[in-house]
Amino acid sequence: MTTTSWTVANSRKLARQESRRRLGPMAILSHVALLLWTLLTVVPILWTFLASVKSEDEIFGDAWSLPASLHWDNFARAWDQAHIGQYMLNSVIVVAFSVSGTMLVGSMAAYVLARYPFRGNRAIYLLFVSGLAFPVFMALSPLFFVVQNMGNLPLIGPLIGLNTHAGLVLVYIAYSMPFTVFFLAAFFRTLPTAVAEAAMVDGASHTRVFFQIMLPMARPGLVSITIFNILGQWNQYQLPLVLLQERDKWVLTQGIADISTAAGYDQDWSALFAALTLAILPMLVVYTVFQRQIQSGLTAGALK
Amino acid sequence: MLFNRYRRGLFITAFLAAPVTLYLVYVISPYIQAFYMAMTDWRGVSATPAFIGLENFVRLLGDEIFWKAVTHNAGLLVLLPLFTIVIALFFAFLLNVGGGGRAVGGIRGSKFYRVVFFFPQVLAVAVVAVLFQQVFRPDGSGMLNAPLMALGAKPIGFLSDPNVAFWSVLGVLVWQAVGFYVVLFSAGLASIPKDMFEAAQIDGAGRLSLFFRITLPLLWDTVQVAWVYLGIIALDVFAIVWVMTDQHGGPDWSTTVMAAEIYRNAFQYFRFGYASALGVVMFLFTVGFAILSLRLTRRERIEY
Repeated sequence: MTTTSWTVANSRKLARQESRRRLGPMAILSHVALLLWTLLTVVPILWTFLASVKSEDEIFGDAWSLPASLHWDNFARAWDQAHIGQYMLNSVIVVAFSVSGTMLVGSMAAYVLARYPFRGNRAIYLLFVSGLAFPVFMALSPLFFVVQNMGNLPLIGPLIGLNTHAGLVLVYIAYSMPFTVFFLAAFFRTLPTAVAEAAMVDGASHTRVFFQIMLPMARPGLVSITIFNILGQWNQYQLPLVLLQERDKWVLTQGIADISTAAGYDQDWSALFAALTLAILPMLVVYTVFQRQIQSGLTAGALK
Repeated sequence: MLFNRYRRGLFITAFLAAPVTLYLVYVISPYIQAFYMAMTDWRGVSATPAFIGLENFVRLLGDEIFWKAVTHNAGLLVLLPLFTIVIALFFAFLLNVGGGGRAVGGIRGSKFYRVVFFFPQVLAVAVVAVLFQQVFRPDGSGMLNAPLMALGAKPIGFLSDPNVAFWSVLGVLVWQAVGFYVVLFSAGLASIPKDMFEAAQIDGAGRLSLFFRITLPLLWDTVQVAWVYLGIIALDVFAIVWVMTDQHGGPDWSTTVMAAEIYRNAFQYFRFGYASALGVVMFLFTVGFAILSLRLTRRERIEY
């Protein structure tokens, strides 16, 4: 018995050594291919970082030249005159509210749909999930008028009409529902029922069971989908493009896109590179810290 | 008992009220309105819309620019998944199975590569679009053209040459997508027992047969998911075209896509009725693609 297993282990080891010898040059080729793609990914970004401290003349000169001196003032101009600071603040405000709202409302809907059988449950679930198949662009013009009409509501109208952050927040929440409900409902279905039942027997209300027992149990799923929604809403471009037309309300993606399209001879190119850097750098930092959670959060949906 | 049932009903209603209301107002109602709006000649706030039946649809049949956009989407629908999946499979294989080093298993530094490759996925498409607008500059100040010109070649008009611009758009889309699918395929590969690869290798399988006979068949389900995802991205392309290319889809309409034409007609020409008709056509294409891919994947499953 022991001899056999020894032989198996040994032959495997031999096979490993054998293949290691055979694959030697291949390993090098693999590294070359991988390094090539690494460069392809990294170089454009580093090149942008470098250009952000160049002077206007240097930017129009040879692309690969190094800056003679570091023009940090590009960043000051991008922050103030190109309003990147304002746009970034707007993005933070919108995403903070919209992701909190999405998670609260989305998890409530997903929980009820996953755990409480009632007439019409399936229909409501399908209504939410069908949103996954619709192209947003089909709804774009009607949506514009829906939000415009919301602006005419008495009392709350001026807060949620066109060119308001609260209006955009509500739209973000609504358009995040399909995936959030789809994902979280699937997650709630996998959780054991015993704990919730025990709490109900002890007299806890449905609401209390949800907030104090089920939500904490669903934490891994909530983290994934929160990351997914933060990135999706932070990077959103077409919805704010339609719904926010006043400059001081703009979010970051609109601001960045505008500096490059508002061309002209007085275009401030070095500030453009600084603005790009300001948009990329925070993502890089957040990504480096949370890359494991971000990768699993974004791919979670595809693996379901 | 009765009181409990009442409480349960109240709980379900309370939890579903907000999500369902938001979803109906901002998502479902615009989609339904789009179908009606498509049959009007609505041009915005001042004019009253008149019902014109299918006139918009007759007109769009002869709209050369829109059909150009459709062919670009169709091209992307085939090419984006093809390039992205081939490249991502190749790298996932190198990183997890055939990297050399150990007989079967990751290449050294596989985690590093995965982290770097994935990063573009985190960036906003609008930011990536501005970034590559600079990388693709048509003269010596462009990151790609500078080395070309140094070698004595003529600079390439990545975005200004109508024959090249589409390929630049495709390139950027692939650049951004590959990392996501490397991670996705890696996760798929990680769930395949290592013994399978080792057994095949001991039986004398080379890298090619290791890839085509073992890896690909076992990953086939994940590849199909990737294909559907990328197909939907290809049909939905907007920001990269709108922000990066000349004249939002140019030069000479060589890069325009359905989403860009919908946005242009609605919010630049204020032809809301016509734009909605284009949206309905886009919806039909998307649903068609979804049904087609569902049927195809089902057929593949039966073969197993």
